[in-house]
Amino acid sequence: MPRMTVDPYYCKGCGLCIAACPKKIIRFSEQINAKGYHYAECFKQDECIACRMCYQTCPDGAITVEK
Amino acid sequence: MEVIAKRPESLTKTPFTYCPGCLHGVAHRLIAEAIDEQGLINKMAGVAPVGCSVFAYKFFNFDMAQAAHGRAPAVATGIKRARPDMHVFAYQGDGDLAAIGTAEIVHAANRGEHISVFFVNNAIYGMTGGQMAPTTLPDMKTTTSPYGRKVDDIGYPIRVCELLATLVAPYYIERVSLLSPAEIIKAKKAVSKAIQYNKEGRGFTFIEFVSTCPTNWGFDPVKSRDWARENMLPFYKPGVFRDKGEGVE
Amino acid sequence: MSKILMKGNEAVAEAAIRAGCRLYFAYPITPQSELIEYMAKMMPKVNGTFLQAESEVSAINMVYGAAGAGKRVMTSSSSPGIALKMEGVSYMAGAELPAVIINVQRGGPGLGDIQPSQGDYFQATKGGGHGDYRMIVLAPSSVQEFADMAAEAFDLADKYRNPVMILADGMLGQMMEPVEFKPAKTQEEIDALGNIHNSWCICPNEDGDAKHHHEINSLEIDPSVLEKHVNELYEKYGRIERDEVRFDTYNVSDDNEILCVAWGTASRIVKSAINELTAQGKSVGLIRPITCWPFPYEAVAEAIGPKVRKVYVFELNTGQMLDDVKIAVQGKVPVTFWGKVGGIVFTPAEIKEKLEACF
Repeated sequence: MPRMTVDPYYCKGCGLCIAACPKKIIRFSEQINAKGYHYAECFKQDECIACRMCYQTCPDGAITVEK
Repeated sequence: MEVIAKRPESLTKTPFTYCPGCLHGVAHRLIAEAIDEQGLINKMAGVAPVGCSVFAYKFFNFDMAQAAHGRAPAVATGIKRARPDMHVFAYQGDGDLAAIGTAEIVHAANRGEHISVFFVNNAIYGMTGGQMAPTTLPDMKTTTSPYGRKVDDIGYPIRVCELLATLVAPYYIERVSLLSPAEIIKAKKAVSKAIQYNKEGRGFTFIEFVSTCPTNWGFDPVKSRDWARENMLPFYKPGVFRDKGEGVE
Repeated sequence: MSKILMKGNEAVAEAAIRAGCRLYFAYPITPQSELIEYMAKMMPKVNGTFLQAESEVSAINMVYGAAGAGKRVMTSSSSPGIALKMEGVSYMAGAELPAVIINVQRGGPGLGDIQPSQGDYFQATKGGGHGDYRMIVLAPSSVQEFADMAAEAFDLADKYRNPVMILADGMLGQMMEPVEFKPAKTQEEIDALGNIHNSWCICPNEDGDAKHHHEINSLEIDPSVLEKHVNELYEKYGRIERDEVRFDTYNVSDDNEILCVAWGTASRIVKSAINELTAQGKSVGLIRPITCWPFPYEAVAEAIGPKVRKVYVFELNTGQMLDDVKIAVQGKVPVTFWGKVGGIVFTPAEIKEKLEACF
């Protein structure tokens, strides 16, 4: 099952992955990380197609994609 | 399940100090990926500039030097001449490369130094708080051009790729953009080529990244990319200006 | 090893090559262009790197890079060009990089002229660059000494991980005197020297080893870390002050009625004047600092004999080492100064006249 995960340690809540995702399955979490950012999270992993667009656009190396 | 994309080994575990949505982090990652893919980490050395990416020496997972403002190509020259067996790159922003460092980049390129230079162009000075850069667009407002860049008074932006392409020695010069995943994938090909040509000892390679500065432009990261697409790409056109490996002179 | 008649600029270049320097970055400037030209000719013969940079600024940053890669590297220039290098020197002191910088001084300030002077003493010893740092400064007074200092400068630079300056002047650079060179380092010795800094410098990882991540850097954004770093630098400088002071004395004795202090070319002229006064039965001594930094404060104080009525400082400037002499003398005895500027070198007759007036 393809999946994308965001490491809250690195995420700055910039929103670029949310804009990049063609399936629109990434959102800002309700939680905040230690720096106070609402980090991104995938809320429908079963629709992930492992296109890696999120990974490409992430400026913080926060994203891992598995297939 | 296998991991098909993750944080490259050639980046340290230190979180980047860049603003949310700043594309410096993407440029760093592309360089790190290329180094990982080509297996060069043991022989890699990079030079960090003065500017937002001054801390690049903390972010790349190999030996790094931090250089005085504008001098990164000269420092990279010194490292490469001292240790020709290592692969050396310099990483610079608008002020570092196109203002104070114009002599150093022109002459390193002109000598055909066996280094790669990665130039992040976001038309502004980020680190110091949003002042005008040599790459600032006409009429663009910055903290030192509060009425807009007046071309009659202080001239036009500098297109560095075109400038360097007038020199005979440079081996590979390409301008890319980081404004969408598709453009980033294209940029990665250019970065990989630059690193590969460098490793093969072919000569001077140069990549200019058209990038954004959400904080000092005053837009969110997504809108910044739109603004860059509308305003920067028409002036800073992506393309290959030199590629001796492919016969583009 | 026989003596060769050689011009100062060329002799120091030859000595640097023999001392194992294989990287030289510089820009032409009178009166040291013979140095860069000699390097241009001779470096390729030993498979070294000669690179004429686009400016002195670029050259010192190439030195920073090569020093950061742990190799023996040198640059040279003259006064206005050295001013351009000062930012680089500060960065190198902060990053603790070893390198040799040769200043063949000329008249200043500004573009000045191309004649010899000693006007860069302050620039060299009181910081030409910004911030709290020190540079070891060696001042030769003969072509032989100039040449000998090349090896010494590299050794000191490596020992302390600090920039070292050889502070010469246009007269030393241009004049020809007999020089005897030390034997050149062998390739094995040079290869070994090229690896002595591998614990901190930019160098390859051996495959399979734990990777190192060395940083050549002078930025410490955390104030407490910067404080610690600067204090450690000054602990190092304290060791240099304790262990590396060099000076020479001439005719110093308890009979001295005057003690002269002079460095570099000026000291030779003062010696000539002292000889003439000695022939007249007048006892004048000379102490010659060889390290301008660390300055021989104690030695100067100790050279003041019981009969000394005056300490006379002679320099080819408006009085720069003079300040250090006053610190050394601590008001024990009056300190007087006479100097020449404009790139003009005083004569023994002029010095003799000044000294005779004291008797």
